[in-house]
Amino acid sequence: MPLFSFVIRRLLQMIPTVIFILIVTFILVRLLPGDPASAMLGDRARDADVERINRQLGLDQPVVVQFFYFVRRVVTGDLGNSIGLKVSVSSLILQRLPVTLMLTGMSALIALVLAVPLAFIAASKRERLPDSIIRGAFQMGLSMPVFYVGIVLLTVFAAQLKLFPVGGYGDTLGDRLYHLFLPALTLALSFAAVLMRNLRASIIEVMNAEYVDFATAKGLRSRVILFRHILRNALISTVTLFGLQIGTLLGGAVITETVFAVPGAGRLLIDSIYGRDYPVLQGLTIALAVLVSLTFLITDIVQAWLDPRIAR
Amino acid sequence: MSADWAAARSAFRLKALPRSLVSGGVILGLSLVLALWPSLLAPYDPTAFDYSALLAPPSWAHPFGTDNFGRDVLSRVIHAYTIDMQIAIFATIGPFIFGTIVGAFVGYAGGLWEAIFGRIVDATITFPFLVLVIAIVSVLGPGLGNMYVAVGVVGWVFYARLVAAEIKVQKRLDYADAGRVMGYTPLRIIFRHLLPNAITPAIVYWVTDMALAILLGSSLGYLGLGAQPPAAEWGVQIADGKNFMNTAWWISVFPGVAIVLTGLGFSLAGDGVAELLRVRR
Amino acid sequence: MAMSANMGPNGNTDGNENAGLVVRGLTTTFDTPRGQAIAAADVDFDVAPGEIVGLVGESGSGKSVTLRSIMGLIRKPGRTTGHVDWRGRDLVAMSSEELRRIRGSEIAMIFQEPMTALNPVLPVGLQIEENLIAHTTLTTRQRRSRALELMNIVGIPAADRRLDEYPHQFSGGMRQRVMIAIALACSPKLLLADEPTTALDVTIQDQILKLLLDLRDRMAMSVVLVTHDLGVVAATCDRMAVMYAGRIVETGAVAEVFARPRHSYTRGLLGSVPRSGTSRTMLQSIEGTPPSLTNLPTGCAFHPRCSFATDICLKERPVLEAVTSPTRTVACFHHERVAEAEAIL
Repeated sequence: MPLFSFVIRRLLQMIPTVIFILIVTFILVRLLPGDPASAMLGDRARDADVERINRQLGLDQPVVVQFFYFVRRVVTGDLGNSIGLKVSVSSLILQRLPVTLMLTGMSALIALVLAVPLAFIAASKRERLPDSIIRGAFQMGLSMPVFYVGIVLLTVFAAQLKLFPVGGYGDTLGDRLYHLFLPALTLALSFAAVLMRNLRASIIEVMNAEYVDFATAKGLRSRVILFRHILRNALISTVTLFGLQIGTLLGGAVITETVFAVPGAGRLLIDSIYGRDYPVLQGLTIALAVLVSLTFLITDIVQAWLDPRIAR
Repeated sequence: MSADWAAARSAFRLKALPRSLVSGGVILGLSLVLALWPSLLAPYDPTAFDYSALLAPPSWAHPFGTDNFGRDVLSRVIHAYTIDMQIAIFATIGPFIFGTIVGAFVGYAGGLWEAIFGRIVDATITFPFLVLVIAIVSVLGPGLGNMYVAVGVVGWVFYARLVAAEIKVQKRLDYADAGRVMGYTPLRIIFRHLLPNAITPAIVYWVTDMALAILLGSSLGYLGLGAQPPAAEWGVQIADGKNFMNTAWWISVFPGVAIVLTGLGFSLAGDGVAELLRVRR
Repeated sequence: MAMSANMGPNGNTDGNENAGLVVRGLTTTFDTPRGQAIAAADVDFDVAPGEIVGLVGESGSGKSVTLRSIMGLIRKPGRTTGHVDWRGRDLVAMSSEELRRIRGSEIAMIFQEPMTALNPVLPVGLQIEENLIAHTTLTTRQRRSRALELMNIVGIPAADRRLDEYPHQFSGGMRQRVMIAIALACSPKLLLADEPTTALDVTIQDQILKLLLDLRDRMAMSVVLVTHDLGVVAATCDRMAVMYAGRIVETGAVAEVFARPRHSYTRGLLGSVPRSGTSRTMLQSIEGTPPSLTNLPTGCAFHPRCSFATDICLKERPVLEAVTSPTRTVACFHHERVAEAEAIL
């Protein structure tokens, strides 16, 4: 099972990455000007509270020891307590992250549905009118800031046409899909543009590959050539891009959730900044980074499955 | 596959000359003029309140309308060019220079340095870029200066990775060996001989990165972490107007158009530069 | 079957199911920024059933383009005109669905570089079987056993296991065998082979050529073999056609052409091949380089490199004409002098 040993190897490779993530987030909070506890609690903090926070964070110990405490806490799932919301950071994240996952998942799906056919049309009508129009559209898509698209879609489709709710998050699954559609679309547009640009280039490359000529010479039906020979090969590099873009997508989710008042992890991140809730900020940064490296893992596996040359 | 076949195909590829570079260049040229001399074209003072014309729709007096303080939206959009073009350059030039130098050394040295660098790259790309920048800015404090620091801390990695990969290719070519045989110092080989041939991808990335920088800068402005009000910055303006979208759409819409247009300029220019340098090689 | 410049006595093949391949006036052009490149110009040749015809020339002479044009594989900005009659039907004029049914079943093609011609992400078994799916009604199990049989025919050991492997797991020679197996899947009547051995070691090359010869005998298949290697032509082909700058300049039975070339270019090609049984002479190479296809010399395209050229060669283009017999053709004003010169050498 080459794929299995590939997965194991890839999992081991994640260890240094996770250690680095922890170092960075540890340093991040240490960068706070002045005494972290006072910074968290503000100017009117009582001395007892400052001391309690300091002890909670292990700040009375040497830095290296503090780091080990920190790692031990994080590994056991203890990310501290939110200062503003008075609950544990891990429970907050567990509550909010699924919302963000659903949002990014939906938008990735929308982006794929938009990008694959358009990229194919652009590639097959290369340098002609449809290609120019589609390329123009994705240039636009790349230049549009997510928050702007969000505000415009929100105003037109939710506030004016009243086709969608102006924000929030439903209770049932259907209701949630309905609430998240506009935010997901917002996020999907620029993502689709990135995917389309990459997919168009790789479809063009694959269409010029000898094995496509050979497949034609074998008398295969054009549908078979398109799906089995062209799209499958073109998707390999797109899968990598998909993984690399997940960070951008999550960053976009932070803004989209702010615009549409979606109670997800991104919204929580911004709230934690406004509220100077540093344990939440730190916990979220760790959670999102781990999420991204898990996505890298998954896309690598998918890629190894699509391309047998990799898992060897 | 025989050579005539390949020749016939590559001859066709030469056909596309970078039209995108021309259109991108025109947009960026105009943007630069507006950024350098905003007062020449802006009809009003961008921060002057006019309580007699609050939330006025677009008219001959105010082509883009006015905002809730009666400030002229057109003048604010024009003056914002100064800040946003500055963001495009300042947020990218540091990472470009620093990343190029580090990348050149890492690519040339290889071995352990390359392995360490590889880990740094792996780890950096696991942080969602925007989240990391937001986190750093929020720790350092909001404002453009801290934003440049935050972007710089993360952004150099991407340039370094591109340059290192290209240097690795170049240093195996004969002319690099020739340099070594001639007894040139590694520094001279890297900067006089290898880098000029290896920097192309970094330059192409730089141009498109400026488009990303504008998007990032305006996003942070929108979130209140970048340029601070009352400064005229597109993201700040859009945030100012978002509560008036139903009644006075012009406050937010026009700055957005400016972002899209400028971003388009950079991304077209980036495509054009890529095409140009690819053809030249 | 005649290999004649014009529609010869056997050229008219309407309704003749046994005529094999008859190519007439096949022209393929590419529009480039530097003008129109004529990659194959007015190509005429025939291939009789069971015959192996070698198509010879330097890189850029139009051999591969001719082969691809026959198969209808020229894509935009390229354009193919002329006639390719296969068993009485014109491949150039027919609908894409009709052509698809013929490709891979009646006419198959193998490419020069199996590493790029085989799809890297599909197991070779599937790549054989999809040929069968496209052209036959065999069941899954029948397809599998046919694929096994084909792997055995082309001499791939441990075929059962190897069907599930991917192209990168095969050696160069084995990959070329896989490609031949794919081409043979539906027992084609005509095999177009585009430099099938160029990418291989000499010993492997020899095995593959023997395999092709053997298959021709067993399956009564015609073969068009594109190569730049005259040694390969001598070892395998019945007849040959020499191409220069997109045009056929000389045709004939291999023995005849080798014994007495009538085109200065053919003479030059033969001069650059070491031959046994003759006194030791210096190997010659042809002076100069092939012309650019967008900017061909006037008259005979070969005249700048030709030691026999006279004024007429600059002004007029010689047509391909039958000499000595209908199957022996040459496009040269001075073919008599060339033939004489060879005798002296």
